[in-house]
Amino acid sequence: MSLTVALIAIGLLALIFGLVLGYASIKFKVEGDPLVDQIDEILPQTQCGQCGYPGCRPYAEAIANGDEINKCPPGGEATIKQLADLMGVEAKPLDAAHGEEDEKKVAFIREDECIGCTKCIQACPVDAILGAAKHMHTVITDECTGCDLCVDPCPVDCIDMVPVSPTTTSWTWDFDKTPKGDIPIKMVS
Amino acid sequence: MLSVSFDEIIAKLNAGKLYDFPGGVHPEDKKLLTSQAEIQTVSLPEKLIIPIRQHVGTEGRLAISVGDRVKKGQPLTRSSHPFAIPVHAPTSGKVTEIGPHVTAHPSGLNEQAITIIPDGHDEWTSLTPLSDYTAHSSEKVVEALCDAGISGMGGAGFPTHIKASGTKKIEFMVINGVECEPYITADDRLMREHAWQVRQGTDVLAHLIKPQVIIIAIEDNKPEALKAMQIACQDSADIRVVSVPTKYPAGGEKQLIQVLTGREVPRDGLPADIGVLMFNVGTCYAIADAIFQGKPLVERVVTVTGEAVEKPCNVWALIGTPVNHLLKEAGYNPTKQAQPQVVMGGPMMGFTLNDADVPVVKITNCLLVPASGELIDEDNERPCIRCSACADACPASLLPQQLFWHAKAHEYDKAQEYNLFDCIECGACAYVCPSEIPLVHYYRQAKSSIRQQRDEKARAEKARERFEARKARLEREKIEREEKHRRAKEARENKTPAGSSKDKVAAALARAKAKRAGKEENNTEQDQSATQTDKQAKVAAAVARAKAKKAGGQQSDSKDNQDRSDNVADEKKQQVAAAVARAKAKKTQRDSKSAPDKNSAASEENSSAQSENRATDEVSTQSAEDSKKQRVAAAVARAKAKKAQRDSKSAPDKSSPSGIAKR
Repeated sequence: MSLTVALIAIGLLALIFGLVLGYASIKFKVEGDPLVDQIDEILPQTQCGQCGYPGCRPYAEAIANGDEINKCPPGGEATIKQLADLMGVEAKPLDAAHGEEDEKKVAFIREDECIGCTKCIQACPVDAILGAAKHMHTVITDECTGCDLCVDPCPVDCIDMVPVSPTTTSWTWDFDKTPKGDIPIKMVS
Repeated sequence: MLSVSFDEIIAKLNAGKLYDFPGGVHPEDKKLLTSQAEIQTVSLPEKLIIPIRQHVGTEGRLAISVGDRVKKGQPLTRSSHPFAIPVHAPTSGKVTEIGPHVTAHPSGLNEQAITIIPDGHDEWTSLTPLSDYTAHSSEKVVEALCDAGISGMGGAGFPTHIKASGTKKIEFMVINGVECEPYITADDRLMREHAWQVRQGTDVLAHLIKPQVIIIAIEDNKPEALKAMQIACQDSADIRVVSVPTKYPAGGEKQLIQVLTGREVPRDGLPADIGVLMFNVGTCYAIADAIFQGKPLVERVVTVTGEAVEKPCNVWALIGTPVNHLLKEAGYNPTKQAQPQVVMGGPMMGFTLNDADVPVVKITNCLLVPASGELIDEDNERPCIRCSACADACPASLLPQQLFWHAKAHEYDKAQEYNLFDCIECGACAYVCPSEIPLVHYYRQAKSSIRQQRDEKARAEKARERFEARKARLEREKIEREEKHRRAKEARENKTPAGSSKDKVAAALARAKAKRAGKEENNTEQDQSATQTDKQAKVAAAVARAKAKKAGGQQSDSKDNQDRSDNVADEKKQQVAAAVARAKAKKTQRDSKSAPDKNSAASEENSSAQSENRATDEVSTQSAEDSKKQRVAAAVARAKAKKAQRDSKSAPDKSSPSGIAKR
């Protein structure tokens, strides 16, 4: 008798908790994967595809599913470190198979050589190239992520990747390069 | 946040008392080196270099070009934007260069600058004073200030006309003559010698801003300047000349506001938010010049000082004067320095120049040339001993040792938690540090890195948005295309039963053609009107052409081939082939493995040419007229190809187009 009571009681409890859990899973359903968003946030968004995925978000999804974190050359060591912190794994050096970390560049079209084939426009992942068929194209420098994807499709090879030179507004004080110091600060009195 | 009421402040000012700011230091001021001599004029330098951006904001548009003769005071750039203020020719002469030149910035990077060789006449352009400024609308006066190129001369270089045209209600207008940094006496001498003009500038500003009270604040180590300003302002009851206790950095905007009013500028706010506006005395002088004489800002007082110059003095330096010219005038003695060093700005907040060719700009108030040992510049930084002397000295009540700790470890988010961006970089912490840690260095570096990271983040965010927008657009276009196809198909299915069998055959042929080209089927309607034999020939030609193109590795828009007449298509093919050949030749050249690649390219071209020939042969057998047309087209194409050859002068180019043109 007591055994059946216990069984029924436990059974009821199981049912109630099951219902509660079931309800909670519907009510508090998480849309999408927050981890993917976090990873995507860290990636540099060049959309260059050097990692082997068609864009940064697909790579973020792949990382969330257990892919290596060292396939992003534009992000470089800094991104790998941040990803390692986020994923709780060991940071490792950049996988050379996907390219090397390089200085920041933007595409530049030698405009008098452009034949207006629109191929680079189709290749650009961020729509940073402006032009029309049989008319000269040009790059919107501010929007260019330096992904390199427009260089190969160009039939006349008129696209160069130009390094972005620092300006006085983008320059950072580099402590290591100026050990003597740029500012005097202290007086002898 | 008005923590202290207006009446309270007035009562306190009337009683001759002031508030105080936390921290601060008392470095030896060394102002006697230069404060006793009058402001001198210097000889014209050999060249003047005027950076086109000398203030916070964007640069104006160039108004002159190389080779132009300019007169003194002539605008060199025009303001095209509220934050863009013009620069003017500092003397008459000839513009010899417009290009990047090293500027007054710690990075030593180049910025766009205009080089003028003076002609020695120093001839003014025609000036339009606005002496009766009270009769004009304030918009007109503000515009005159902007056109005169006046930006804050105290250090930040904020455009004065923007400050003066704010809409917030201003209780206190503060004229800053504190000049708390050691060595510098430019404002001191200016007030002593030109007190009345400073007063006139103050009146113009008061007319624009209409504050309730005007305070001219001068540190108590400048009694002569104080006296001069008091005399200049004795007839006005609205202006109070206040002596501020000497303490570094009392001249900082936020600190001076705190001393005078007891109010604190909110972190993300401006002084105007708490009813205060502040201007430098040098700015007031320049305003008076601009309004009463029509003279734009072309010169300023610069203190040239330090123990490595024989004659430390204040000079009227034209904007754009290279630093080395001023040093020469002041008697620079290189033997007193272990290695050449010039500091622009004061010893606490200035920066060491990378190049003595840097020009004086609107915010340059001091050139400090220290003898060896005058300033500490050896790198003898020792570990932090957590003495907290820096925290006691900090005028912004920050915790410098914590900031240092996190900045050094590159833990920028933690540094920001300790309010890194409230640091005014005054250097008081570094001055008191017994371990001689250049603390401000670390803060500046951390700040610039954080700013850069922020910019990068914003860029990445923008790139992501654009990428996603593009993806959405492609998806949309795909759906639209499919929809179009579906509708076209439906329309065709409805139509076909009514048509004759002949039409059916034609439609089938056209469909096959369109499918191959991967194009819309609408074109078939056009084709149906033509006769069948002609059509067949054309289809065959198009198919052959498509094949030939594939063989040539070139995917071109085949729609054109269908729609246009044969000769145009042919011509185009020739051009495309020529372009391909050029590109290939270029590639092979670049790869520097010319021989094998060239051969392969050439052979590819040959094959494409052959298949093309085959295609045209077919056409010619079917229709004599067509072949004639083709021949004419070929001739035209040959001419074009030859032209292309001539255009692209590289040798390998010649082989391929001629291969195609040969028939």
